Amino acid sequence: MTATAESPAVGEVKAMQVTLRILRTNPEGTDDHAPGESYWQEFQVEAHATDRVLDALHKIKWEQDGSLAFRRSCAHGVCGSDAMRINARNRLACKTLLKDLNPAKPIIVEPIKGLPVEKDLIVDMEPFFASYREIMPFLVTTGNAPTRERLQSPEDRQRFDDTTKCILCAACTTSCPVFWTDGQYFGPQAIVGAHRFIFDSRDEGQWDRLEILNDKAGVWKCRTAFNCTEACPRGIEVTKAISEVKKVLTTGEI
Amino acid sequence: MTHHEYDVVIVGAGGAGMRAALESSQRARTAVLTKLYPTRSHTGAAQGGMAAALANVEDDNAEWHVFDTVKGGDYLVDQDAAEILCHEAIDAVLDLEKMGLPFNRTPDGKVDQRRFGGHTRNHGEAAVRRACYSADRTGHMILQTLYQQCIKQEVEFFNEYYVLDLILDQDPQAAAPGEEVAVAGVVALELSTGQIHTFRAKSVIFATGGAGKVFKTTSNAHTLTGDGMGIALNAGLPLEDMEFFQFHPTGLAGLGILLSEAARGEGGILRNSEGERFMERYAPTIKDLAPRDMVARAMANEVREGRGAGPHKDYVLLDLTHLEPAHIDEKLPDITEFARTYLGVEPYTEPVPVYPTAHYAMGGIPTTVRGEVLRNNTDIVKGLYAAGECACVSVHGANRLGTNSLLDINVFGRRAGIAAAEHAATVDEAAVLPDDAAARVEGIVTRLLATVSGSGTERVADVRKALQETMDRNVQVFRDATSLEEAQRVVAELKERYKDVAIHDRGRRFNTDLLEAIELGFLLEISEVVVAGALARQESRGGHYREDFPTRDDEKFMHHTMAYATEDGVRLDTKPVVVTKYQPMERKY
Repeated sequence: MTATAESPAVGEVKAMQVTLRILRTNPEGTDDHAPGESYWQEFQVEAHATDRVLDALHKIKWEQDGSLAFRRSCAHGVCGSDAMRINARNRLACKTLLKDLNPAKPIIVEPIKGLPVEKDLIVDMEPFFASYREIMPFLVTTGNAPTRERLQSPEDRQRFDDTTKCILCAACTTSCPVFWTDGQYFGPQAIVGAHRFIFDSRDEGQWDRLEILNDKAGVWKCRTAFNCTEACPRGIEVTKAISEVKKVLTTGEI
Repeated sequence: MTHHEYDVVIVGAGGAGMRAALESSQRARTAVLTKLYPTRSHTGAAQGGMAAALANVEDDNAEWHVFDTVKGGDYLVDQDAAEILCHEAIDAVLDLEKMGLPFNRTPDGKVDQRRFGGHTRNHGEAAVRRACYSADRTGHMILQTLYQQCIKQEVEFFNEYYVLDLILDQDPQAAAPGEEVAVAGVVALELSTGQIHTFRAKSVIFATGGAGKVFKTTSNAHTLTGDGMGIALNAGLPLEDMEFFQFHPTGLAGLGILLSEAARGEGGILRNSEGERFMERYAPTIKDLAPRDMVARAMANEVREGRGAGPHKDYVLLDLTHLEPAHIDEKLPDITEFARTYLGVEPYTEPVPVYPTAHYAMGGIPTTVRGEVLRNNTDIVKGLYAAGECACVSVHGANRLGTNSLLDINVFGRRAGIAAAEHAATVDEAAVLPDDAAARVEGIVTRLLATVSGSGTERVADVRKALQETMDRNVQVFRDATSLEEAQRVVAELKERYKDVAIHDRGRRFNTDLLEAIELGFLLEISEVVVAGALARQESRGGHYREDFPTRDDEKFMHHTMAYATEDGVRLDTKPVVVTKYQPMERKY
């Protein structure tokens, strides 16, 4: 088929009023709220159905209340800065369009759960990254490196493709009920990060990594709630990856 | 205020910064200061590939790559730097593979390669497969791999530390030619606390990325506000070739989100409203795989002449519908998802609306091939380095070829890291950081915080929007004296309005309102330099196209632009282009 000019209209969407209900926290306090106290605040913005939630947040910040704090960077779902809880589900604000929510009702925006809130929608990511660092998230090899590339068949490369897509946004980990209540659990992301290397045919550190995951804070904490798979903005089958790691630990075979 | 001392301080943790850190931290005590968590850096948004003449799938060699880079850059490339870039490319790719980067593979297990714009066999005969890639998320894989290696090497990061000033031991503009000027350190704002930190260092590397947010329609992240370039300019250092900005042909129409050139490398075709493959008229030999400047201009021209598609006839179409869905899923999964998510278009069956989007600054902080920052045409600043998009070495000249920037950050990031650490080893003591080193930054922060309850009447977002709109309207693919003078007038006006900007957040912690106000200051300064350079360059070359001077003028303009900030505005100078083998010829594809 040859493409012709019959293409969808861009920018032909009518404006509408949207309400955002945002869970706010100011570590230094405001006139009405004590330092660290969390409270709900509603904002009305004019927006388009094709706008991202991030666009609506920017409108609030830029036109109504500059003190609203959230992280963002790329604005198209690849940098992982703006994971937040939107209508009770973890998502990236830049990858969630208003038309995918029900704009007739207030859109509820909260920080992701299970990490300390720093300010408004910003949480302390350090515990999350600490778990990632724990699982040796780097290629481990022994012996002399070849002069050219290490060879890897397309099939072997495909084996771990899904988990290479991770952008460390923490949407999966902070959607996990075990992570919320168990102070020790690595969380799904760390297992995804380990999976990416365990199933890489070039890697020789898989058993060290598996030992870490076999530990009490590791894979066995997972209760296959599937929240993580639903939350992943990159479409990674997180629960499946965790199951594959569990299977290796059970069978001793990769 | 907290004070720190290191051998090497790296500012920025994208590809260039982390590649530098991997070298430097092996040799010297190194700190990496970054406005964002490292994995948020915009290297991660790069898609299509990284060029290297591995010749894994067909005949290729580094020399052809050099020629393509020089020609692609419309002969403004420093050819000694391009030779280094293309010859070191092979090891740069192999190094990444050994670090674990999951490249796509050939059936026999080697790194796979594909076609990309402007990369040709034997000096322009036909497109060559030179781009090493990992689906359409090569930058993501590079960023992740480098970050993973930094974890392995226990590189010390200061995350969400926003560097705002560079301290030298004397004013580089006041120093006599040949006189030694050395780096002393940097001053940073810790975003989580609002605290100011000073870092004294023997070597400092700037790897702060681009400035795409001077434009409205851009593929760049919100955070790409030219901070490093602006800091250098404020410290009395020049910026080189800032008038050369790349507009990537295929941004999602109306949004600017990048759709990789790999879409065309894999067989995608650009069509106008009549369904015509218009690139056949503009670049008969390599058609849709012509360099980006030519394709972007061709697209804008189709729209201008009434052959644009859509209800407003204001974009063209990227047609992938003749490709097998399985092939699209394997090679272009992310960008097709962008089309679905943001435009509701199904690329299997519908063409995707696209239009040029501001993408890459060819110019930046001038450096030598060792990454040393120049303070004029010949003198370096001791201990100061720059690499990546914020730098200009200059391997991209007037127009960068696709896949040469992921290469640039690896080759010159590595070189800067090594050079910085080696320099630190030769220096007993870093230059003295004066007691009032943080005064300027404290002044900026105090002044802006005071605007919360002050009389300022301007909003950051309004001034920024006006800036981005005037840059899009007047300094985009087509420029002329009238449009540039208009831009110059508006930017000057906005600089005045900026003085009246007021912010709302009075807090110290995570004051992103304050952050955006500071970033806007850099955007205004960078814009002023871009426009001044574009006005002075009365010719058309690469990404800089003047409708009132539509041809290249080697007689008058075969030189780099060096721009300095002075009290009387931007001062422009020139710097010779390094030509080794390739004399300028007419650029045809």
